[in-house]
Amino acid sequence: MKNNIDIGFDTIHLGHGSGGELTRKLLDAIIFKTFSNPFLDKKHDGSIVEFNGKIAISTDSFVITPIFFKGGDIGSLSVHGTVNDVAMCGAIPKYLSLAFIIEEGLKVTDFIEIVQSIKKAADESGVLIITGDTKVVERGKGDKIFINTTGFGEMHPKANISVSNISENDVIIVNGFIAQHGMAIMSEREGLEFESNINSDSTNLNFLVKDLLDEFGTNIKMFRDPTRGGLGTVLYEIANDISKGVFIKEADIPVEKQVAAACEMLGLDPLYVANEGVFLTVVSKNVADDVLQFMKKHSKGKNATIIGNITDNHPNKVVMESLIGGKRIVSPLVGEQLPRIC
Amino acid sequence: MKYLSEYRNLEETKKVLDEIHKITTHEWNIMEICGGQTHGLVKNGILELLPKKIRMIHGPGCPVCVTPLNLIDKAIELLEQGVIVCSFGDMIRVPGSKKSLLEAKALGGDLRILYSPLEAVTIAKKNPTKEVVFFAVGFETTAPANALSVLHAEKEGVTNYTILASHVLVPPAMEAILDDELCTIDAFLGAGHVCAIMGTEEYKPLVKKYKIPIVVTGFEPLDLVQGIYMAVKQLEENRFELENQYSRIVTKEGNIAAKKVINQVFEIGTREWRGIGEIPDSGYVIKEKYRKYDAEAKFNISHIKVPENSSCIAGEILRGIKRPMECAQFGKLCNPSNPLGAPMVSSEGACAAYYHFSII
Repeated sequence: MKNNIDIGFDTIHLGHGSGGELTRKLLDAIIFKTFSNPFLDKKHDGSIVEFNGKIAISTDSFVITPIFFKGGDIGSLSVHGTVNDVAMCGAIPKYLSLAFIIEEGLKVTDFIEIVQSIKKAADESGVLIITGDTKVVERGKGDKIFINTTGFGEMHPKANISVSNISENDVIIVNGFIAQHGMAIMSEREGLEFESNINSDSTNLNFLVKDLLDEFGTNIKMFRDPTRGGLGTVLYEIANDISKGVFIKEADIPVEKQVAAACEMLGLDPLYVANEGVFLTVVSKNVADDVLQFMKKHSKGKNATIIGNITDNHPNKVVMESLIGGKRIVSPLVGEQLPRIC
Repeated sequence: MKYLSEYRNLEETKKVLDEIHKITTHEWNIMEICGGQTHGLVKNGILELLPKKIRMIHGPGCPVCVTPLNLIDKAIELLEQGVIVCSFGDMIRVPGSKKSLLEAKALGGDLRILYSPLEAVTIAKKNPTKEVVFFAVGFETTAPANALSVLHAEKEGVTNYTILASHVLVPPAMEAILDDELCTIDAFLGAGHVCAIMGTEEYKPLVKKYKIPIVVTGFEPLDLVQGIYMAVKQLEENRFELENQYSRIVTKEGNIAAKKVINQVFEIGTREWRGIGEIPDSGYVIKEKYRKYDAEAKFNISHIKVPENSSCIAGEILRGIKRPMECAQFGKLCNPSNPLGAPMVSSEGACAAYYHFSII
């Protein structure tokens, strides 16, 4: 499919970001053609949209290396990441802005593949690309391609997502296996390559979030997607935001076998490995089992698990019961997790 | 995951813990040599499950922690001279006298984080106009792969590859700890991974000379409690022997092929240990035959000598004289974002273990 578009050049160079004829050619042949919709087709400087009531806005920049990886690429990631951040606010994502910073020398075929991946991810997530920007920087001043997306969503009428709603005994549920994305990327990094079938979990979570809000409304106290920093860091942030304790059990943390083995090999803790298709929700204890069963029936929550609860013991701390019944704290990630020596 | 899940079994571990409680009648100080074991103990919450009479003392077996400050500054100097420096991930956040390797990278240094030193030889082949140095630190565990990289470079005719080596050995460190007049250690848990390479025989003279039990021990929760049980049993029965808890990995002879590779490239020599100082015959130095692969011989860096940070008590931590919490700076001036010394940043450092995991 990626070779169907012939724009008469193989690589992107500075001229494609000049704003002149080459830019127009690049945009017409690739961007406008791919994302055509009534908002974008006006080719105005911006788009005018209507919302009913409150809106949620979230922005994110994507600078991942490698740009293509098992289970996704920088394009689909830039849609899922922002769509999910809007959804975590309790909103229904509608529109995205899309801005590229391209390092000259990027192959046009790669660019087209990324754009088409964005299109597919946006369609699947039910969002439209309504405005954007393309810049080209000199070789050496970027890393192939950086993408920024900003998402706009309409607040779900039943949503009341706030840390201040969380109380003791509320239950923490995650929608599935953690650490997939980080380990998929790690397996392809120079110097660390190892053979695996680990795919990034990059996916949209907005439909499951919407369905949960439809069904359980204000019994859902919080959504968070533990991307960089992993589940451990997000739990630590929650404990500190609410000045309460978080208690989890190591045995209940869902880690797929192959991912666990890869983490073991590199000496990484899956609690701090990045995710792109995982979220946790804090819900009232009385609906926890119903929420869990509901999530398990949904394609994005098949491996949902209750991992712990909120407690008034040990405020501001996350305590994890180890597999052998001992206890440890879960501290936030400092810097990047690094493979250990031996 | 065989050999892992079995050793993380709740019921089995509880059984052994119960046995430890039953047999313990005296107060005992047991040092686990390896930082991996320290992390296993703290991360699994084992310390609080042990009888109060058993005090675990954390040993020097953290390769990053014992690497002298001088050497980190030398690696940074190489980076600043335009050399491609390759390192294990653990090493890069450890503070040098002015900055860490990670900070030197941010300032333009070409630092590569690798999992295997052989990768560094590949990088050297790909960058023939550049010098490539592998920062070869570690105990006996990492020595075979580092030695192999030198042999590989020689075989492939790679001339732009050298190693900045700081290999240290466990038995001399144990002896230095035991000779310290402040030493209160009653028994050791030997480092399982080191013994997987070296075998167990070299610990026999220590057992005999110091009349101290040594139990070669693994890293999983069940390994650790079994190792502690075996050590306590010896102590309670007034025995001192060399025992091997980690027999699924460790043999008497060790890994003969790996030892051969080590002996081809390295010979025993004096090494400086961070926080402990120079210990004679305590490490590996590159043999004359392979001196052209020694970064210290190739580059003008031998003049770099810097004093240790006086507010860091890493030396006392590494010798088991003080525990991380007993340091006035612990969690205050010294934390993982602003470490005063290596034990706070390394994934095997005792201070990092307490900071990240301990509920105490």
